[in-house]
Amino acid sequence: MKTIGILALQGDFDAHRKAVERAGGRPVEVRTAKDLDACDGLIVPGGESTTMLKLLDIENLTEPLRQFAARKPVFGTCAGAILLAHSVTKPAQPSLNLIDIDVERNAYGRQIDSRITRVQAGDDELEAVFIRAPKILRVGSGGKILATCDGDPVWVEQGRHMVTTFHPELTQDSRVHQRFLEKLTT
Amino acid sequence: MYLSDDFRLKVGLAEMLKGGVIMDVTNVEQAKIAEKAGASAVMALERVPSDIRKEGGVSRMASIKIIRQIMDTVSIPVMAKARIGHFMEARILEALGVDYIDESEVLTPADEEHHIDKKTYKVPFVCGARNLGEALRRIAEGAAMIRTKGEAGSGNIVEAVRHIRTIVKEMKHLTILGKEELVHEAKNLGAPLELVEWVAANGKLPVPNFSAGGIATPADAALVMQLGAEAVFVGSGIFKSEDPDSRARAIVKAATYYNDPVKLLEASEELGEAMRGLDVSKLPESELLQTRGW
Repeated sequence: MKTIGILALQGDFDAHRKAVERAGGRPVEVRTAKDLDACDGLIVPGGESTTMLKLLDIENLTEPLRQFAARKPVFGTCAGAILLAHSVTKPAQPSLNLIDIDVERNAYGRQIDSRITRVQAGDDELEAVFIRAPKILRVGSGGKILATCDGDPVWVEQGRHMVTTFHPELTQDSRVHQRFLEKLTT
Repeated sequence: MYLSDDFRLKVGLAEMLKGGVIMDVTNVEQAKIAEKAGASAVMALERVPSDIRKEGGVSRMASIKIIRQIMDTVSIPVMAKARIGHFMEARILEALGVDYIDESEVLTPADEEHHIDKKTYKVPFVCGARNLGEALRRIAEGAAMIRTKGEAGSGNIVEAVRHIRTIVKEMKHLTILGKEELVHEAKNLGAPLELVEWVAANGKLPVPNFSAGGIATPADAALVMQLGAEAVFVGSGIFKSEDPDSRARAIVKAATYYNDPVKLLEASEELGEAMRGLDVSKLPESELLQTRGW
């Protein structure tokens, strides 16, 4: 069974733990560089990207995370997608540049604008939970758009990494997590 | 109700706040300090609880102008407090577009029998509780997050510990009872049977369970997280201390590494004086904030 690390600095890492279990992986919480050693892949969860950035910085986790990503798959949801992006606006903030996308934070509005909707993923439909979601403004030439919502990319894959601007961990549908698990075996 | 899209979205934002620190702020400058220190959200209010305690008078929803300035300045979620039962303060905050409303005992109650009917709002609510019955009544009314009440503005963790321990113990107790006993227990708790049965089956609340009221140090934050809280609210503890900026950063670190004594030691080092605390057992009943709410 594959071991999936879930970055547990802050955010909905507990919801991801359950989602990984449903998808047939073994979840472990990651709070230190050493915790990464046991992982075949890493999920950067939803939460507040500014809080996670702060902790990555003071705990010197940015470099170990980059090294991990150079070898193994990383999946970011919402705040996680913001951390993995090439560049971030509103406000501008640092990011890991693991996937060639530009994102704008809270682009669809505040909590009262959060919504649950269906998105088109190829021939399939997925239930997608958007909470103060970021918007993907640009996808680089190496990126593959796996799902869109009202024309905006909401699920993007590039090589071994992928991001969603919605929260698959907050639904009972395991397809997104399963796709990530499949990336670990290939 | 608990599976409706509306309620899932409300609980969803609470999920995003787990493992974090929600900080009380009274102006834009404090909100900026909080965000920079790594707060996962800020709570806008007129005065921090220790000042409310000192100055007395009626404590209301914060100035709309200040809440709006804070919303325009920080990128993290902004919460604001409404008085218990003051469903029109809550409507105004909803119209303003705050991300969460705290129907809070820290403000002067507007209704001494009824809480807000929170299900009818698009904006999510958090409410305080001292025990399981109180928590489940608030959830039945539509709260999507529960926090311990503790004793706000006291700088004393003893009440928050009492409340989180009580809630956890009462939940554990339900898990060993039979169906017919749950009916009796629902009556004792003053909570709907449906929710009592849910807790009995799952051993936890159907919404995230945070802690508030008296957290003043990184160790305090780690203590309530060890006891079962999933995130913490810090009120007077930060901006009434000698060193708000470094204390805010230290408490953020403690909320993440609550299970790692070495990291907690690092977080606790080089901090100045914490806020001056109060011996809650010496406070007259009339000065307690936690007894507000029904």
